[in-house]
Amino acid sequence: MTQYIVRRLLVTIPVLFGVIVLVFVIARLLPGDPCRILLGERATEAVCADFNHRFGFDLPIIDQFTTYLANLSHGDLGTSFRTSRPVGALLIERLPMTVELSIYALLFATIVGILLGVFSAVRRNSIVDVVTMGFANLGVSIPVFVLGLLLAFVFAIMLKGSPFALPPSGRLTAGLEIVPLAQRWGMQENQGPIRGIVDFVSNMYTFNALLSGQWGTLVDGLRHMLLPAIALGTIPLAIIARITRSSLLDVLGLDYIRTARAKGQSEANVVRKHGIPNALLPVVTIVGLQVGGLLSGAVLTETVFNLAGVGKAIFEAITSHDFAVIQGFTLVVALGFLVINLLVDISYAYLDPRIRPT
Amino acid sequence: MGVTTVGLTEPISTARPASLWRDTLSNIVRQRNARVGLAILGLLLFAALFADQVSGSTPDKSLLGSGERRLTAPCIHLLGCPTDQPEHLFGLDANARDEFSRVIHGAQISLRIGFITVGFAIVLGSLIGLVAGYAGGAVDTVLMRVMDVVLVFPALLLAVAIVAVLGSGLINAQLAIGIVAIPVYARIMRASVLSVRDADFVTASRALGSSAADLIFRRILPNSLTPIIVAGTLGIGGAVLDVAALSFLGLGAQPPLAEWGSMIGNDRGQLFNAPYLIWAPGIALALTVFGFNLLGDGIRDALDPRLNR
Repeated sequence: MTQYIVRRLLVTIPVLFGVIVLVFVIARLLPGDPCRILLGERATEAVCADFNHRFGFDLPIIDQFTTYLANLSHGDLGTSFRTSRPVGALLIERLPMTVELSIYALLFATIVGILLGVFSAVRRNSIVDVVTMGFANLGVSIPVFVLGLLLAFVFAIMLKGSPFALPPSGRLTAGLEIVPLAQRWGMQENQGPIRGIVDFVSNMYTFNALLSGQWGTLVDGLRHMLLPAIALGTIPLAIIARITRSSLLDVLGLDYIRTARAKGQSEANVVRKHGIPNALLPVVTIVGLQVGGLLSGAVLTETVFNLAGVGKAIFEAITSHDFAVIQGFTLVVALGFLVINLLVDISYAYLDPRIRPT
Repeated sequence: MGVTTVGLTEPISTARPASLWRDTLSNIVRQRNARVGLAILGLLLFAALFADQVSGSTPDKSLLGSGERRLTAPCIHLLGCPTDQPEHLFGLDANARDEFSRVIHGAQISLRIGFITVGFAIVLGSLIGLVAGYAGGAVDTVLMRVMDVVLVFPALLLAVAIVAVLGSGLINAQLAIGIVAIPVYARIMRASVLSVRDADFVTASRALGSSAADLIFRRILPNSLTPIIVAGTLGIGGAVLDVAALSFLGLGAQPPLAEWGSMIGNDRGQLFNAPYLIWAPGIALALTVFGFNLLGDGIRDALDPRLNR
């Protein structure tokens, strides 16, 4: 197992390097001179030369790349041109919201998806099965942004004033403040990586509220997350439900299931103890693969629900040519995706001994 | 040795033998999913081809001059709308253009987007997969690692970055979505090339002195196409969605082009007072993707012998 993990890690290294190169190249290929875009059309040559020198744009491209690599190696993602703030700090501000949203969306998709899939498989060809699979087919076809707008319309406009009304934008109701965990725990002086982690968690508002016992804020934050999470989670939900159904149907047709039935086990027991655990293997992979899709969908969901997450940050950085932010954010997102793929592969090898090398 | 002749007691059947393609086609039509998908896509194709006749007007013409008002709600005479008002199935948009006409004309654009984008990705992806699978060794490793790098990025994010480099616009958005999809087809093609590369009929052809190009394009490619066709059909829906998403973000089709994603993006602010401007293109978009997904499912079921139970 260790050997497998090590080999899998080694394969990741060239891919990681490729990702860094690609991100760097894309950022440099953006049309337009960063100096003129930032300082305006009328910036003089001297001012621009100074600007380029300050950010190292006057160096040969190879030198720029090696400087970038050297900075990366000790965790420095660069400085935003627009705000003059470190990209790392911006990430700690923006990324947690997207992660939080993705977690809720994935939870929703996995739990409901597996339940629906199992139910459809057990009641194969019943009306429940047909309706569920019909919805699953429709679910993968509805664009995230249309579903988001539809949910906002139903829960914020049609149901306005009813107890089922939900907020269509933002993370907290206006007037509610969330106290950073660092402040609450008296860590303002601390500036190390631990502070970074605390700030990261702190910016996941619902987690923050949960850790610090701000129950009112927790409920409010969850209510704000509900619509975006459902909008974002519906496509993965449909995919997970379909895979679970077909995988469980395959497993239920196997000989050992017949043996279990022949032993006189109840059908519920057969499905729960022998069927589901073995049917979930492909589901694990699919759940892992959905993460990339979630991040893509997050860009759209954040736009629809006015949430300041990482998708929106990258979008803004691209329109304002903020190289360092584009590089840093895209790199971290791609890295996260790479790590998740790695974890999926490893968990798969752990769950299915046939994949492990001997 | 004497030659024995067999007397024919029955005439040889002169009916043409079932061809592979005809078999496949009838297999596909036998799938319920595929039939529904084909019906939806047929309707869309009809709407796209005869958009002017179906909608009865042009998509970009503002009706402001003819006494119409902006953001008029849908008016359908059959459903009780007073007959003294002009009929607009989907209402008028913020520029007093007929929404029905725009949605119908949008079918032209979206169908074209789907085919062109996926076609581009399939051609390039298949070429890469063919070369990688046939050549093997270092070529294979390098090509597939490059594909891995592209796959690491969330598709839409990478597409946004590519559009940022190329500039906004429908063509560039299609190019970006196409580029992002290349690795998927390259991987599939490589896998199926690997499975037929060492088959006996390829070895035989090689022994007869066929050139590499001949082997690749006349022996290996035709026998590796099935998975690509299935993935391609399933991919069209996704490509239509992704290009629409870029247009929704303002990076793809630009106004006044009647592209569904950009229509939704532009009328997003009307959710409170004219929600029909979002539902009409939204449903059309979902229906198109639904049609391609069903057809793709059907084709997969028809072409994958393992699923024939």
